[in-house]
Amino acid sequence: METILNVWPWYVAGPLMGLFVPLLLIVGNKLLGISSSFQHICSIVLNTKKFAASGYNASENRWKIFFVIGITLGGLTAKLFLGDGNVSFLPQQYYSLKGLILLFAGGFLVGFGTRYANGCTAGHTISGISTLQLSGLIATISFFVGGLIYTHCLFPLFN
Amino acid sequence: MKDIKYILFGIAFGIILTKAEVISWFRIHNMFLFKEAHMYLIIGSAIATAALSVLLIKYFKVKTLDKKEIVINSKALNKGTVIGGVMFGIGWAMTGACAGPIFAQIGVGEWAAISTLIGAVLGTYSYSVIKNRLPH
Repeated sequence: METILNVWPWYVAGPLMGLFVPLLLIVGNKLLGISSSFQHICSIVLNTKKFAASGYNASENRWKIFFVIGITLGGLTAKLFLGDGNVSFLPQQYYSLKGLILLFAGGFLVGFGTRYANGCTAGHTISGISTLQLSGLIATISFFVGGLIYTHCLFPLFN
Repeated sequence: MKDIKYILFGIAFGIILTKAEVISWFRIHNMFLFKEAHMYLIIGSAIATAALSVLLIKYFKVKTLDKKEIVINSKALNKGTVIGGVMFGIGWAMTGACAGPIFAQIGVGEWAAISTLIGAVLGTYSYSVIKNRLPH
């Protein structure tokens, strides 16, 4: 029990995450990807003419909205039953007006960037590289360039 | 409503993300500071497991549960892959969350991540509005 309640080691979590690629392919011919769920949320709450004209295929991506509802419930399950009740995942400073604005801005970049790059760490890094796509590798390198720029150059300015 | 079953896959994925602390801002920060190998090993072993599985699927010509050919669509490589990728990377480091972890953070009770999600949805929407004016 103790092992389940502690932080799961990489050699358990990494392979388990990787197995979602064959699992989703075999179950529903779906390639693991998460960021297009934001598009599906747009198609529900911000469904303007302009968005409709952007060529979003709702029926093809509907499963992702259920997948992310599940991810939310997974986080809740970990909190309630698997020992993550008191673990902090965000710095305390984010619970301030400045913090919420930073999260909003970061979220905006995640949403804009994933659509511009056509994928995130799930779709490009895990699915893309494992299916030997050059776009997955180039996107992943770009993700890290962005992360390194923020962490080493911009983060010190904000804190 | 055959898509409802993906809630179960999501729950399992969300538990793994949370229990391995892939949704932790601190883990992401330490990854970009090269202080911890944890995230690199998770990403690396996830890719290796997925790649080996896909290889086996292709080799044994595994079909889907309803006996269909497995199709893997490839994604285009263009300027957006790099420019959008760098934007996403900055957002990832700021929020400590790539796409999936935003939802897990909300689920685990970090309510500030709702601000991240609103930003992500508006960012997605903004891209759809101006995409024709961006270099691709």
